[in-house]
Amino acid sequence: MPVLVFAESANGTFKKSNFEAVSYGAKVAAQLGTEAFVVSFENLSDDVLKSLGDYGATKIYRIANDALKNFEAGLYAKVLHDAAKKLNANVVIFSFNYEGKAIAPVLAAKMNAGYVAGAFALPELEGSTMKIRKNVFSGKAIALYAIHSENKIIALTPNTVAPEKTENKCSVENLDITVSSTESKVKVKEVVKASGKISLSDADIVVSAGRGLKGPENWGMVEEMATILGAATACSRPVADIHWRPHEEHVGQTGLTVRPNLYIALGISGAIQHLAGVNGSKVIVVINKDPEAPFFKAADYGIVGDVFEVVPKLNEAFKKFKSGA
Amino acid sequence: MKFLVCISKAPDTTTKIAFTDNNTKFNNDKVQFIINPYDEWYALVRALELKEKSGGTVTVLNVGAVDNEAIIRKALAIGADDAVRIDAEPADAMFVAKQIAEYVKANAFDIVLCGKETIDYNGSEVGGMIAGLLDWGFVSLASSLELNGNTATLNREIAGGHETVEVSIPFVLSAAKGMAEARIPNMRGIMAARTKPITVVPVAASENYTSILSYELPKEKTGVRLVSADNVDELVALLHNEAKVI
Ligand SMILES: Cc1cc2nc3c(=O)[nH]c(=O)nc-3n(C[C@H](O)[C@H](O)[C@H](O)COP(=O)(O)OP(=O)(O)OC[C@H]3O[C@@H](n4cnc5c(N)ncnc54)[C@H](O)[C@@H]3O)c2cc1C
Ligand SMILES: Nc1ncnc2c1ncn2[C@@H]1O[C@H](COP(=O)(O)O)[C@@H](O)[C@H]1O
Repeated sequence: MPVLVFAESANGTFKKSNFEAVSYGAKVAAQLGTEAFVVSFENLSDDVLKSLGDYGATKIYRIANDALKNFEAGLYAKVLHDAAKKLNANVVIFSFNYEGKAIAPVLAAKMNAGYVAGAFALPELEGSTMKIRKNVFSGKAIALYAIHSENKIIALTPNTVAPEKTENKCSVENLDITVSSTESKVKVKEVVKASGKISLSDADIVVSAGRGLKGPENWGMVEEMATILGAATACSRPVADIHWRPHEEHVGQTGLTVRPNLYIALGISGAIQHLAGVNGSKVIVVINKDPEAPFFKAADYGIVGDVFEVVPKLNEAFKKFKSGA
Repeated sequence: MKFLVCISKAPDTTTKIAFTDNNTKFNNDKVQFIINPYDEWYALVRALELKEKSGGTVTVLNVGAVDNEAIIRKALAIGADDAVRIDAEPADAMFVAKQIAEYVKANAFDIVLCGKETIDYNGSEVGGMIAGLLDWGFVSLASSLELNGNTATLNREIAGGHETVEVSIPFVLSAAKGMAEARIPNMRGIMAARTKPITVVPVAASENYTSILSYELPKEKTGVRLVSADNVDELVALLHNEAKVI
């Protein structure tokens, strides 16, 4: 019984979270002594699809159908359910990103599958039970879950298990699954993407600022740092609430959870609810004028100082570094 | 329009997380419990706003034991018309979803509103599972909701932006920030809540597919390395050479 991985491409390419899920799926398959198959919905060329084979999948199935042009959790789950039946798969792997978060629970209900949402490590097998670790209490603790059911679904938290390349032995095939747009219940009317900006949930580096910035007019230096580093910008909740910054930038327990490689916090106190959304970051840098700010306890590097003095200097230093000087 | 808002109980966001029984149970000693913020601030308040605008009823539902009635009363004080408590300790997400789906099948609702996720188990699971069990449309991470007759228009968060979708009623949504602004119950609401009905429904048979074997706390950071404000070049060098993140 193969392990099935869902890889959703965007604009004709795959991103890191897809490679992570494929690589994870291949490793789970190896544990189970089977192979990893990937299902992709966009009508992509063999070459693009084959790139997933670099991460250990042995078959890539293309399900190209106009009914799947726009994202719909329910319809995608139905097609994946049919694909799992056809390929005789009882373990399905997703990335715990926007798409995976929406489709996996619907599929779990359809497949009667036990589902672990947001795993950050490979499972341990014990008979037919899988034991998997995930973060709970917004990153304040870790729980070891067991999936007892025969069908199993795991969604892997992005940026936790690094994808590993192996020899590419995959082949690409079309998989014929009947689906019609009349089955669609949700119609996409408009897609709005902040153009040119790096998406916060995918960013490797995030520059975030809080009330210490004093006012929206002072965000120029924050955006400048983000531009120099190729980073996305984020903010604390009060900053979004008083409309200094758009709501999409709000990170924390009641906003977006981010886990970039580098999180730079400027003038943010580090309240427990803020930390809950960023404590999965690999490296945290805090700049705050108050040496007692709680954020320093969660930081790897810090500067005690006034953002209005430190940030312009730091931006110059980053610029110098980026230009190779 | 008949709205069903699924509310879950969660530890207050400032709770210090600890475990008992050899790290197999969450230590709820002295923990203050609240309505999961996404359920209260966004799902419940938006349902109330729409009811106030175009009529209907707002029912809140919780799967949980009798001590959850405190948070259920709070939802009634904020303005829900009535409440349902399915009398069971929630075992896992599918168990909860099955209980809710069974109740929805037996009692006609138009829109089922869940929160984006519970702040304790962070699953984002129950809403999608209910939709899957009922075979209803599902809109995840919705940041707005407008009704237009037999359909609804919603914005939902996607990677790097949002999209506008139209869905036919009935459907299930999970509510994210932006859908509404939190409301604080007033004295009249609190008084009225005392006499509003809470229907207790027995648990429907169901097996669990998952369980939690044990908990642990994450490793603490080893301590911050401070760099002088006059030496920002050192920070850049550390991030490049030591942390290897730039
Ligand atoms: C239920 C609940 C949920 C919440 N969810 C979230 C959430 O998801 N995300 C979130 O962020 N918050 C959340 N909060 C709010 C949280 O408790 C804090 O109030 C908030 O994070 C504080 O934001 P801040 O650090 O920007 O502002 P402040 O706490 O005001 O801190 C400003 C910081 O800037 C520093 N500073 C000031 N001037 C300067 C200067 N010139 N140079 C350098 N440093 C300076 C100060 O020393 C201070 O540390 C939540 C609260 C509750 C009750
Ligand atoms: N025990 C419960 N009773 C009622 N609703 C619940 C319960 N648990 C979860 N929910 C709903 O499902 C949403 C998502 O929860 P979760 O899948 O645990 O992240 C919550 O925001 C609630 O709306």
